[in-house]
Order: sequence, then C-alpha cells, then structure tokens
Amino acid sequence: MSWLTSDNPEHRLLDESRSTRSMLWIMAIMLFLTTLAAALGLSMASASAALDRQLAGRLTIQLVEADAARRDAAARTIVQRVKALGQVSRVAEVDRTRLAELLQPWLGDAGLDAELPMPAMIDVDLTSGDPAAVAAVTRAAQAVAPAARVDRHAQWLSPVAVFLTTITLFAAALVLLMALATTAVVLLAARAGLDMHRDTIAVLHMLGSTDRQVARLFQRRIALDTFLGGALGTAVALGIVWLLGRQAGTLGSELLSGVALDRSDWSMLGAIPLIFALMAMISARAGVLRALGQTL
Amino acid sequence: MANIVQFENVGLRYGTGAETLSDVSFTLSAGSFYFVTGASGAGKTSLLKLLYLAQRPTRGIVRLFGEDAGALPRNRLPGFRRRIGVVFQDFRLVPHLSAFDNIALPLRVAGMPESEIEGPVREMLAWVNLKDRGNAKPPTLSGGEQQRIAIARAVINRPEVLVADEPTGNVDPDMAERLLHLFDSLNRLGTTVVVATHDFQLINRIPDARMMRIERGRLSDPTGALRHPPGSPQGQAPA
Ligand SMILES: Nc1ncnc2c1ncn2[C@@H]1O[C@H](COP(=O)(O)OP(=O)(O)OP(=O)(O)O)[C@@H](O)[C@H]1O
Ligand SMILES: [Mg+2]
Repeated sequence: MSWLTSDNPEHRLLDESRSTRSMLWIMAIMLFLTTLAAALGLSMASASAALDRQLAGRLTIQLVEADAARRDAAARTIVQRVKALGQVSRVAEVDRTRLAELLQPWLGDAGLDAELPMPAMIDVDLTSGDPAAVAAVTRAAQAVAPAARVDRHAQWLSPVAVFLTTITLFAAALVLLMALATTAVVLLAARAGLDMHRDTIAVLHMLGSTDRQVARLFQRRIALDTFLGGALGTAVALGIVWLLGRQAGTLGSELLSGVALDRSDWSMLGAIPLIFALMAMISARAGVLRALGQTL
Repeated sequence: MANIVQFENVGLRYGTGAETLSDVSFTLSAGSFYFVTGASGAGKTSLLKLLYLAQRPTRGIVRLFGEDAGALPRNRLPGFRRRIGVVFQDFRLVPHLSAFDNIALPLRVAGMPESEIEGPVREMLAWVNLKDRGNAKPPTLSGGEQQRIAIARAVINRPEVLVADEPTGNVDPDMAERLLHLFDSLNRLGTTVVVATHDFQLINRIPDARMMRIERGRLSDPTGALRHPPGSPQGQAPA
C-alpha cells in the first residue's frame, strides 16, 4: 500500500495543507446512507427469496364432501395419486385433530365432533413452483373428486411478495441515486481542486507534465478521501444494521427471520467503500482530464 | 546548422485587443545563442511564450523542431515542452515545495527514478551558489535566490532549447555574469539559448550571440536578419 504513505514526492506536489477534509466527512455521510439503503435492499431481497423458497412449491388440496367416509377415501386416493407424480417431494393429509385445534377458536369444541362436515386438507410440497406440476396435481385431485380445490400458498402471500419486491427496487434506486450524488460530489471536488491548485498545475504543464500525470495527483487524493470517509460511514451503518438484525431476531417472527443478511450480503456491504472509492477515482480522473482538455 | 525554431509571419493577439505581435519572421539555428531585446511592453515575453508553447499564434506559423507547433495535438505538447527549458520572468516556482523539490520537478515529471535525482539536483544547487538553501521554500528566499532556483530548474534536464526571460533582472552584476557563464557553457554543450533582456552589458559578453530587437510588437529588422551585439568584433554587420 505504498500509495498510503506520503514520502512519495509526487504526493507533495499539490499543497494539501490548503485542501480541507470536508470531502472525507461528506463521503462518510454519503456512504453511511448508501450502506443503509443497500442493507435494506439486500435484506428485502433475501426475505423475498426465502418467501419464494418456502411457498413457491407449496399447495393445499381442499376437499369438501359431506359424507365423512367418502371424503376420507377420496383423500387417501388423492394422496396416493399425487405421490406418484413427478416433482412432488411430500404429500400428507393434514392431521384432523390438528385441523380441529386450528379451528377451535372459531368453532369451539364442536370442531372436534367427527360428524361435523369438515373439509379434508392435503399439503403438497413440490420441488419447484413449476405451473405444469401444479396443473398435474390439480388434474389428479379433480379426477378423484371434481370439487377438489387446489390453493397455491404463493398466491395468498403475493401481496407480501410484491411489497418486498417494491422495497427492494426502492432501495436499489436509492443506492443508484447515492452513487450519482457521490459522483457529482467527486466532480465538484475535482473542479475545486483544479481551481485551488491552478498555479501549480500551470507550472507542471509548462515543465511537460501530461494531463494523466496531473489527473493522478487528484484521483489518488479523492479516492483516498472517499475510501477513508466511506469506510467510517459504512462501518457505522453496518453496526446499526447488525443491531437492528439482532432485535428482529428476538421477535421470533417467521417472516422477519428471512430478513437476516447472510455472509455474502455482509461482504457485499463491506465492499461498498472500495467500490465507491474506485468509482470516485474514475470520475475524478475523467473530470480532471476533461477540464484540462479545455486549456492549452 | 539545422533550423530549430522558425517563425513565419507570426501574429499574436490576446483576446480581442490589438495585435501584441505582428508579422514576426525569423529563424534560429540549433546550438546558437540569441538575445531578444526591446522596451518594456514591446512583446518580448509574448514572443518567448510562443516559443515555449504557452501560447499558440493567432496567425502565421511557429515551427519548433521542424514541426508546426500551432497544429500540435494536445497530447504531444508535453513531449515538446520537456525539450525546452524555461526561466519565467516571474520565476513560477511552486511555493510549497522546497528549492530542492522545485529544481527536481522536471526530472520527476520526466519519470526519472528518485535514486537518480538527488545527485544532479545537489549539483545544480551548487552551480547557482545555493548549496545550503535546498530545504528553503521559495517565499523565504530573496528575489535573486528565487531567480537562481528558477534557472537551475530550467537547465537541469539539459533541454535542447533554453528560453530565459530576463534571467538576470534580480541579481547583482557578479551573479549576472556567473549565470550568463552558465548559459554559455550549456550553449557550448549544444543547447540553443534564447535570452530576453534589456541589459546591453550582458549582451556584449557573448560575442558570438545574435540579437533581435522588438519595437511595439514588430522586429526592428522585418527581414528577420539577426545582428551581432554592437560591442562584438563583428559590430553592427548583419550576421
Ligand atoms: N495575457 C495577456 N493578456 C493581455 N495582454 C497581454 C497579456 N500578456 C501581455 N499582454 C500585453 O502585451 C504587450 C507585450 O507584453 P510582454 O509581456 O510581451 O512585454 P515585454 O516586452 O515582455 O515587457 P517587459 O520588458 O516589461 O517584460 C503588453 O502591452 C501587455 O500589456
Ligand atoms: Mg516580459
């Protein structure tokens, strides 16, 4: 990391005692916000992926039949036939006592009465959300009992999925906006730097410096400021995200558990200062070269 | 001798005012020593600026090292400028860099490794009698000392052309002579030297030199014929 040390004479060419550290703080704030937005986006994306994984292939067959004996027979047949289909990983009739327990708050003890015409429920897990497999299950069930209804869980939760996707896109847009704003700040800083060091640059040009040599003086400084300020901002943001994640974990909500960031998410967030520093370097370079190109 | 600089009907206009230089035509041959004289405001610095590529002519052609300097693309300017050493009338030292670092600038710009820089810079500091002032920043140096640093910076890279704008304006006569002697030595090593000055004493010290005189933006001899210094054995005869 020789570019971090300042005994390189090139790094003394511009009078850095005159430049302020405001760039560092601006970058800290920008990257703090960027990291928060990115964390929001990543966690919503992973929540929506988890939701997909859990629900995409999950179906429930509902069988309404007044006669309990015929209902149970039909249910058994359906279980067997569906089991024989491809892409089916699990088929099981929902335990009647458990069903009754679920209904108890609504029906009271009457739910436990075997005579009550309760629908049979069969849970089916498919290996994927492939519509063809869903259709095959539906056909198999309705061949046995034409009144059988097949519900896809994904359908019930699709408003949630849409909501998660919306937040993910919103967060992505925020990150993009922050990247644009950072680039604008970098270009402004490069311009201000060119103005501040105009005399030195004129001398360097007269002595035969190329525009690239001059641009290098700026891009190094700006990349360093972005990286150091950004690292600070990102570190604070990551700390906050971690605390929030821990708090969400203690809530024990199944939906929120999908929100957790995994290792690759964390490393992606950690890389934000580096990515932004690189971006700052490239835009500073482009900005300086463009400005110099307009002089003699 | 090869022509290293050639001006053909050159005109220079700053902004929209009247022409500062008009119809300037002359030829400089490689390895010679030239003086440019003229009253204050006559256009000496302007002429030198064309020569060291700080200005492009508004008309006419400036040919440098055989190429039309006015038509050079931007990316070729640095290569040309590295072949020209310049002592600016206002020195243009970088104020926050030490005298040492100022003198080292052309070498660093040219990408010379640090290990090869110290020796030549120390040698130049000794040449201009500022051996002990290497760490001083220009604002803490006297005018004459700054001028000598500027001269050291201009010559350290052994330029093919040395352009000096009033390089002895701020030094005592002894130092002026010493600096002229430095230019003369460089000239003997093959550098083409162009010095703008009012000081005829100085001009007469280099008997082989040619001089051109500018009067209100025009050469006093519009044919571009360059004269020997009045005090030289060749006297007033055209060269
Ligand atoms: N950048 C500029 N913009 C506008 N006018 C200029 C500029 N530089 C010089 N001039 C004008 O051009 C004319 C010639 O100036 P120049 O500096 O070439 O004179 P000089 O012969 O070097 O004078 P001195 O002996 O005082 O250094 C002057 O009238 C000056 O005002
Ligand atoms: Mg002048």
